[in-house]
Amino acid sequence: MIRINCPYCGERDHSEFSYGGDATINYPSLDASEKEWTEAIFFRKNIKGFQFETWHHSNGCRMWLVVERSTVTHEIKSVKPCHPDLQKVVENNK
Amino acid sequence: MKTRRIDNYGKINRDKILSFSWDKKNYKGFEGDTLASALLANNIGIVGRSFKYHRPRGIFSSGVEESGALVTIGSKDRRDPNVRATTQELYNGLEASGQNAFPNVNFDLAGINNYLGRFFAAGFYYKTFMGIPPLEWGKGTAIWMFFEKFIRKAAGMGSASGLPDPDTYEHAHDFCDLIVVGSGPAGVAAAIEAAEKKLDVILVEQDSLIGGNQLAENDFDNSQIKNQLENLGIKIMTRTTAFGLYDNCVVGLLERVTDHISAPNVNIPRQRFWTIRAKHIIVGAGAIERHIAFNNNDIPGVMTVNASKHYLNRYGVLTGKRIVIATNNDSVYETANQLSEAGANVTVLDSRTNFEIETNKSFEIRKGYVPYNINGSKKIHSLDISKSETINKSETIDCDQVLLSGGWSPAVHLLSHRGVKPKWDYNNACFLPSDTKENITMVGSSRGLWNKNDCIASGIAGTTDALNRLGISKTNYFFPKPGGWKNPIQPLYEVKYKKSRSKSFVDYQHDVTTDDVRLAHREGFISVEHLKRYTTLGMANDQGKMGNIIGLSLMAELLNKEIPEVGTTVFRPPYTPVSIGALSGRNVGKHFRPLRVTPMHQWNIDHGAKMIEVGLYQRPWYYPKENETLSDSYIREASTVRKTVGICDITSLGKIAIQGPDSTEFLNRIYSNSFSKLQVGKARYGIMLRDDGIVMDDGTSWRLAENEYFMTTSTGEAAKVMSWLEELLQNRWTDLNVNVTSVSEQWAGVSVAGPKSREVLNNCVDDSLVVTNNNLPFMGVTSTFLKGNIPCRIARISFSGELAFEVYVKSDFANTMMDLIWENAKKYDGCLYGLEALGALRVEKGHVTAAELDGRVTIDDAGLSKMASTKKSYIGSAMRKRGVLKNNDREILVGFFPTNLKETFNAGTIVCEKNNIKGQGIGRITSVTYSPELGHWIGLGFVKGGLDKWKDTNLVGADPVRNKQMNLKVVSPHMIDPKGERMYA
Repeated sequence: MIRINCPYCGERDHSEFSYGGDATINYPSLDASEKEWTEAIFFRKNIKGFQFETWHHSNGCRMWLVVERSTVTHEIKSVKPCHPDLQKVVENNK
Repeated sequence: MKTRRIDNYGKINRDKILSFSWDKKNYKGFEGDTLASALLANNIGIVGRSFKYHRPRGIFSSGVEESGALVTIGSKDRRDPNVRATTQELYNGLEASGQNAFPNVNFDLAGINNYLGRFFAAGFYYKTFMGIPPLEWGKGTAIWMFFEKFIRKAAGMGSASGLPDPDTYEHAHDFCDLIVVGSGPAGVAAAIEAAEKKLDVILVEQDSLIGGNQLAENDFDNSQIKNQLENLGIKIMTRTTAFGLYDNCVVGLLERVTDHISAPNVNIPRQRFWTIRAKHIIVGAGAIERHIAFNNNDIPGVMTVNASKHYLNRYGVLTGKRIVIATNNDSVYETANQLSEAGANVTVLDSRTNFEIETNKSFEIRKGYVPYNINGSKKIHSLDISKSETINKSETIDCDQVLLSGGWSPAVHLLSHRGVKPKWDYNNACFLPSDTKENITMVGSSRGLWNKNDCIASGIAGTTDALNRLGISKTNYFFPKPGGWKNPIQPLYEVKYKKSRSKSFVDYQHDVTTDDVRLAHREGFISVEHLKRYTTLGMANDQGKMGNIIGLSLMAELLNKEIPEVGTTVFRPPYTPVSIGALSGRNVGKHFRPLRVTPMHQWNIDHGAKMIEVGLYQRPWYYPKENETLSDSYIREASTVRKTVGICDITSLGKIAIQGPDSTEFLNRIYSNSFSKLQVGKARYGIMLRDDGIVMDDGTSWRLAENEYFMTTSTGEAAKVMSWLEELLQNRWTDLNVNVTSVSEQWAGVSVAGPKSREVLNNCVDDSLVVTNNNLPFMGVTSTFLKGNIPCRIARISFSGELAFEVYVKSDFANTMMDLIWENAKKYDGCLYGLEALGALRVEKGHVTAAELDGRVTIDDAGLSKMASTKKSYIGSAMRKRGVLKNNDREILVGFFPTNLKETFNAGTIVCEKNNIKGQGIGRITSVTYSPELGHWIGLGFVKGGLDKWKDTNLVGADPVRNKQMNLKVVSPHMIDPKGERMYA
């Protein structure tokens, strides 16, 4: 069982969360071309090691988080809110 | 029959006699016995029949590694097969029986398999049932299907009761700083050290008593240890197995709460499944003694040396009179001393020639000898022995028991669960645990320490390691070196039998012999993982705890390699079997998944609703009158809606409050159609696409105020849409000032539909002017009051194609609202309608639901191109016309009529061209209903090219699953009132 340290709720079982996806995608603007969108939503790196991914604390505080997790060992290096303003709030409250 | 119980030995309570039955005969044992010790005391040698050859089997061990004494406990719905007699505590009235035998384990007709052994070698199933090439290529499956039931009956273990499990099980959770697995000297030392350093400690022991292998010592008393542990506040969990280690120091435990009690309290669960979240794990799981492969090494009376010591010192049972101990290491001599002191005639065969050992000199040691062959079938008559240097029968020793010790295997299983590969240790001839970065420390004999003081030192070192890793201390420590015997072990795995067709068992449980391993090698299955699957070595409930190393060593020898080069299979959870009941816990029957009910659930039932599950929700399905069937009822309900008025609980729809200055912009981005000009007091139907251009969900959004919307979603997609909106706002469009809140549970909703709906509502609202056509036009929204001063929201929205309204009140007022509207609807001969009628009405009207919007359909496929704005960009707009999505032959939404209007069809029917009825056809029917309005069956679905291509063609509906076929014609999906005159009325 992966344990995720939610910045709002503390350490919780992964069963409280839903996996989102790649947290490093730069989504193109809505009027961007089909090609740009295709790259954003279909092309993924298959990373061995640490990757940034989004998780939703869906059975908790409902916040979307960026989790830095190793795909090999499940080790988690960092957990931050997705929203940059909230990241700052959490950072300042440390 | 004489008892094998002897005086002055054992920790059993001889004042408390327990009676139990074995194969329907009654016997006696004592409190503190296991079933195995009680059977041995009663001189019952044969307790099972082997898996393939039906050879008689006795008790091999005294613990979880047991692979011979697998028995069935209990009867009827409490029958529990494949229980290890060695770990089943005796209780008064215990019923046990042998298995895999007919008529019984003493005389088993299938014992003939023993003589047909050459036909049942490794790979038997594969070879026999794949057909005999070239004549029977491909026919193997049919042959297998024919023979399967006979073979399944002949080969195997006990059978399950087939009845519902009457017992309850529980899931439980706990947290701690340190969990210690195993209460031997190492585990106890670790736990005490940690508790003294103020850690919160849980100590887990699979046995009923703490002490580990010390329980096999005559003078061991655990009461002082127990007191000490308790006084330190350590939580001791006995009868609890740590069956698996998982990520982040999560440990799975199975606690057997009542398996040792004859008449358990029905309010107590039988077993508890624990999830423990620890900060550090110390494993002192001990080591398991191995046997040695030689001919007939499975005859009842063969046992491990340590097991015999357990039976003597823990249970007061002397397992043999004339005992031969065969070994290659020092660990057996203490047992030999004790067995001879207890009155047995003992001979030790030691494969080593050059060593010194201190004994009490009451038994003979034959240096340089190994066991060669056991004579006997149901019990041991004598043992042929051989010199270890040149293998051949040299002489025969009369005996009634052969005890084996081929060395010890540390229980590295739990560490293996974490993917840590063990490393081979040549000096001790065993796999030792490797180091891991995770917070797991192995202590005691599970790290290859054979003497008690080393084990205790390792326990303390283990806790120091834990404290260091947790950042509590920075103390130097060291672990004692593996080993601890005076003389080195000499590897001994197999004594080769000179004659052909030997029965030298490697894995007792699955009847895997040394010949099978050699056969696997000859046929090319040389990787350990292939060897395992081809021979089934190390499978079944002992998971190769005793035999695995022997199998690996044989393969290594055949390949001319060393054991570490051959490798070992990965041990996976569970360490010992976990019952399905414990895994499911309380999540059975109605509690299998959460149940969601609407606030008017009871009101619906009280008014005659038959309910149906939609997702997790219970929704009214239909409201039968007297003898009405489902179809009678829904046809009446749908007709009533079209004629007068009907009311339906729609609370299960997802409801989301959208608030903030950028709400309009937000909706404009997520819906395919424009929301920028929606006025306050109006609602709009909208479609959401996914990033990839496929339809995600549809629903309505009501503009309640300048910056406030009320969104409804479909029942099934409500949670997904909510998460999606949150993701967009928190991750993608972080500059938008919008707040979304799920209010699905806060509002109770009802649909009032039909030509009389306005009149009904008119009587229900405080101010009758609010629902007039002028004040509340089609898609109009108002916040007003129901009679009785109940605040409500009303929107003029229609899913049925009739004049219709959705009314929402706070959930607390749900029943009041239902009473009020139902009272008034009855005045117009209205009805309550359920999901089935709702479906009929929407299919007639051509409205899509989840059956159509199945994650493959584009907005154009659904015939809703008009809903796709060309004046703005939105989620999915760039992708909705990509590649295959713009093909001309995509399946487009259409309606279907049977050509012969008397015929019916089902959802799932495949639509085909007349002379080409095969494969996936050219379309499919997704929803069907009887149409009360049209008077025949109709369907919604998809066909390649849509209505324009097929409107005048006769097509065929193929329904091979139901063995049906009918002629179809394609029609517009808007099967009634295509102009919507009724909705706008």
